[in-house]
Amino acid sequence: MYVAVKGGEKAIDAAHRLLKEERRGDPAIPEITVEQIGGQLSLAVDRVMTEGSLYDRELAAIAIRQARGDLIEAIFLIRASRTTLPRFGYSTPIETSEMLVRRRISAAFKDMPGGQILGPTFDYTHRLLEFGAETQAAEAPVAMAPADIDRAMPRVLDLIGAEGLIEPASAQPSEPQDLTREPLSFPAGRDLRLQSLVRGDEGFLLALGYSTQRGYGRSHPFAGEIRYGEVSVSFVPEELGFEIEIGSIDITECEMINQFKGSAEVPPQFTRGYGLSFGQCERKAMSMALVDRALRAAELDEEQTAPAQDEEFVLSHADNVQATGFVEHLKLPHYVDFQAELELLRRLRREAQGLHQEAAE
Amino acid sequence: MSLLASARPARLNALFPRDEFPQFVYLRKPETGLVMVRGRQGGTGSPFNIGETTMTRCTIRLADGTVGHAFVMGRSHEHAVTAAVCDAVLQGPQGSDLAEKLVAPLAEERSERERQRALQNAATKVDFFTMVRGDDD
Repeated sequence: MYVAVKGGEKAIDAAHRLLKEERRGDPAIPEITVEQIGGQLSLAVDRVMTEGSLYDRELAAIAIRQARGDLIEAIFLIRASRTTLPRFGYSTPIETSEMLVRRRISAAFKDMPGGQILGPTFDYTHRLLEFGAETQAAEAPVAMAPADIDRAMPRVLDLIGAEGLIEPASAQPSEPQDLTREPLSFPAGRDLRLQSLVRGDEGFLLALGYSTQRGYGRSHPFAGEIRYGEVSVSFVPEELGFEIEIGSIDITECEMINQFKGSAEVPPQFTRGYGLSFGQCERKAMSMALVDRALRAAELDEEQTAPAQDEEFVLSHADNVQATGFVEHLKLPHYVDFQAELELLRRLRREAQGLHQEAAE
Repeated sequence: MSLLASARPARLNALFPRDEFPQFVYLRKPETGLVMVRGRQGGTGSPFNIGETTMTRCTIRLADGTVGHAFVMGRSHEHAVTAAVCDAVLQGPQGSDLAEKLVAPLAEERSERERQRALQNAATKVDFFTMVRGDDD
């Protein structure tokens, strides 16, 4: 029997008003602006855009403020917001080789053409809390090089690709599948896996990537190249029929070099793992590259023993909006279900006691 | 179109304020939607879908019949309208005036911004040097 229970409206309304007041904090302190979040909490914005699967800095900043800094809640808000907008089409693939690079490093080659550009990074910081950081910033202005450097940044993996030491980047010129148009089904192609990993939870992918390093699906990676910077986005409007640039986005790309694969026809070659994020989500892009490589186990005829190699396990649990929905639904009223279980348990206990008494007699 | 799309709406508005627009009618009023951004597997391989971005489009027609289109990232209707009007004006007799007044400064500002960034980045380029061991004879 289904029993509808009403009566929560007033409490819910009051709870939401209380939430607003809590979110605002001390009214004597000015409210944080969307521009401040966009400018000063930019990595939070980047994560919300990547996992919310929508590149719009302003919307992400609004979501972060509304969610009181709870990034998964903000990602949820972004996913909900995108469903209210029509889809105009697909961009032409961005060309990361033509990136306006802000950071570009390789852990495999020291002296590659273009060099190691550290850019804005937490690497090599001492992880000491900086009290009074505002005044320090004013004292140490940004360093400027006396002259511009060669901005051409050839892809590091092309250096060994030219010799055939690494597999090609893949090219089956097929129309990629789209997770937002049809639900995920297995086995998934690499196109669908990559799309699903980009929007996957950073923490989940970090843990899975880490597990591959610790022996659960070995892949022996080197960070071949990590680059972060600006790429232009182009689109072919139906009414024009030619490609036009609609703007540019910041992205992070990670290419991992992993151990070998060869066959009767092809001598051993390094294999690739690929990671990409909106903004500067470097940890995410690296984790994604590890998991992408692990998920290629079947394609590369490797033994599948570890969770990171199980695409159904990884892809079905990577989305934090789905995950939080199912975990958090447990706090919604289950009164009737629970009554049914209570009833069942009482009956089982009565039967068990009856059996005891019979045995005693 | 690339410069118009990447310009900040406020900057466009300052260079070409609305009261200087010629008369126009909307063929398509500004409308915001989504474009799915595509990347390539391994950076250079087959395409895959990364995630969406917001985009606003608009089409206008000037009194002389010239049609202007705009497709700009973001949700600013004002940006799309200005870009569409510019697109139309740039095709006509006033085009060279507008190019001088609007496109040239935008191009200069963009290349200066890119140059500043490149200089900042260049300062973070690692300059390796090799330590020479003293006990090698």
